[in-house]
Amino acid sequence: MASRAEFSLRGRQAFYFALLLAPPLLWLGIVYLGSLFTLLLQSFYAIDEFTARIVPAFTLATYRQLLTQPAHIDIIVRTLLMAVAVTLAAAVIAFPVALYMARYAGPRMKALFYVGVMLPMWTSYLVKVYAWRLILAKQGIASWGFEQLGLMGALDSALEVPVVGGPSLASSYIGMFVVFVYMWLPFMILPLAAALERVPASLLQASADLGARPGQTFRNVVLPLALPGLAAGSIFTFSLTLGDYIIPSVVGAPGYFIGMMVYQQQGTAGNLPLAAAFAVVPIVLIGLYLALARRLGAFDAL
Amino acid sequence: MTPAIELRATRRAFGSVIALDSVSLTIAPGEFFALLGPSGSGKTTCLRLIAGFDQPDSGTILLDGEDVTSTPPFARNVNTVFQDYALFPHMTVAENVAYGLRVRGIAAAERSKQAVAMLDLVRLGEFGARRPHQLSGGQRQRVALARALINRPKVLLLDEPLGALDLKLREEMQAELKGLQQRLGITFVFVTHDQGEALSMADRVAVFSQGRIEQLDTPRELYNRPQTAFVASFVGSANVVGREAARFLTGSSRAFAIRPELIDLLTPDETAADGCVQCAGEVVDVLYHGASSRLRVRVDEHTTLAVARAETTGGAVEGLAAGARVRLAWRPEHAVPLQD
Repeated sequence: MASRAEFSLRGRQAFYFALLLAPPLLWLGIVYLGSLFTLLLQSFYAIDEFTARIVPAFTLATYRQLLTQPAHIDIIVRTLLMAVAVTLAAAVIAFPVALYMARYAGPRMKALFYVGVMLPMWTSYLVKVYAWRLILAKQGIASWGFEQLGLMGALDSALEVPVVGGPSLASSYIGMFVVFVYMWLPFMILPLAAALERVPASLLQASADLGARPGQTFRNVVLPLALPGLAAGSIFTFSLTLGDYIIPSVVGAPGYFIGMMVYQQQGTAGNLPLAAAFAVVPIVLIGLYLALARRLGAFDAL
Repeated sequence: MTPAIELRATRRAFGSVIALDSVSLTIAPGEFFALLGPSGSGKTTCLRLIAGFDQPDSGTILLDGEDVTSTPPFARNVNTVFQDYALFPHMTVAENVAYGLRVRGIAAAERSKQAVAMLDLVRLGEFGARRPHQLSGGQRQRVALARALINRPKVLLLDEPLGALDLKLREEMQAELKGLQQRLGITFVFVTHDQGEALSMADRVAVFSQGRIEQLDTPRELYNRPQTAFVASFVGSANVVGREAARFLTGSSRAFAIRPELIDLLTPDETAADGCVQCAGEVVDVLYHGASSRLRVRVDEHTTLAVARAETTGGAVEGLAAGARVRLAWRPEHAVPLQD
């Protein structure tokens, strides 16, 4: 009797769990995975050159088009390099901030920093991007600042560097890079601070106790234990940069990025299969990045 | 002989709380030394000052005759076994043990050779490739011990080393630590709030209370000759009889302590031996502990004495219940006079 009662209770619990999980699972399964699957499917179709209609038959023609046209390769490489540069810069800038927040700040200072890091996220993304265009414009506050500091020469020579330079910060890859780093910095700081906060103080004391100088403790204990946070943050900065189409179209040089290409191909150009194929590129790149991070042991301390 | 550790008038305050109030202490080389006290008594602060995790506000700390008061922890020839063991979760057991050699730039081959030897010493030879989270609490503790000992420190500090272990393991580790210390001849200093642990392992014990050392003695002296009411009640839970009650019981107004097992329980027709202090009282409760029974007897309005009877001599306890009238007696030399 007792076991039957227990069984029926378990059955009822399972039912309630199913009820609770059904909506999110349906959402994830149908709306998210379903559309992702449709997208993948679309990328294996091609467009009829004459009628501009999608031919729903399996073909690799679209991928061939994606990977053989030098202009397309340029777009992929340009986006990938920007994503890597933004991720590296965000990690370097975020680390000391996160370390201070997690280990050194008092409770008040810590709260202030958390609010400071998250406050920009309360402002519209578009407003921030357009504000940056004004800040970086030729007569903008950034160049004014350089002038006041007597660093106009440095700015000019930076803008003269081929490829990354341009007529002004607002119309160069340097400017675009600055805006990307600014936009995604909180996504790097927060997971990093969370990871650093979880490192018990006794581990750092143990390291010092065993004879490690502060630099050695940082390399051998703090950095490896912060790796999962660094990996999480870099997945944000990396994937957000790979997929963004607004920043490259508002700030920076006229070269296309993957996101812009997807936007244009599915809209004005009406080539949905090519747009889908372009959308698959960031998915593949992030998959490769995760595999690499795993291989390097970024998730070992989890 | 130069002392292994010397604290001279060491003081440390956190805000308005005085954690350590002008403590002086000398520990000889090869000694097994316990810092005993309740939480907040200053014993852990004392250990952290010796390890170098904290600096005193005033006073001097000497290790092996050398002033290390402002020397950082990594430059002190002292190693610590942490209360939570503080094993590095991203390293294997062997890497944890070899860490002290690694940061000193010793070659990998030599490192792993010594790590294996150290793990053998703590009987964990085959666990080198595991991660700390795959070990039991007792095993982790032994890894922490091996990791701290690989640097061949002159002094090993242990912060509540047995606190996280269950009773049986704790007794095993007590014997193991004591054996290890005797084999290695290193000075061991350990912090504990468990008087049993301090008495069974240490050569000498410093009893801390409110940032001061109440008494520093061998375990036997501490148990038999407590000098203050605090030590008498904290170590072995003696009855502490204040001045008022002492005047009523013995006629002298000197406070004293008496161990529960040294108080005799008389049957109604028994008479106390000559010269014994006697008094009558009422049983408050009786607790049976197996090897012994413990009674609380109220002898006057404000004074209750604990009386312990071994099971072998427990005839007198049987049949006693709360409310029973009894007579107590003890030899005057068993009452230990206390400082005011």
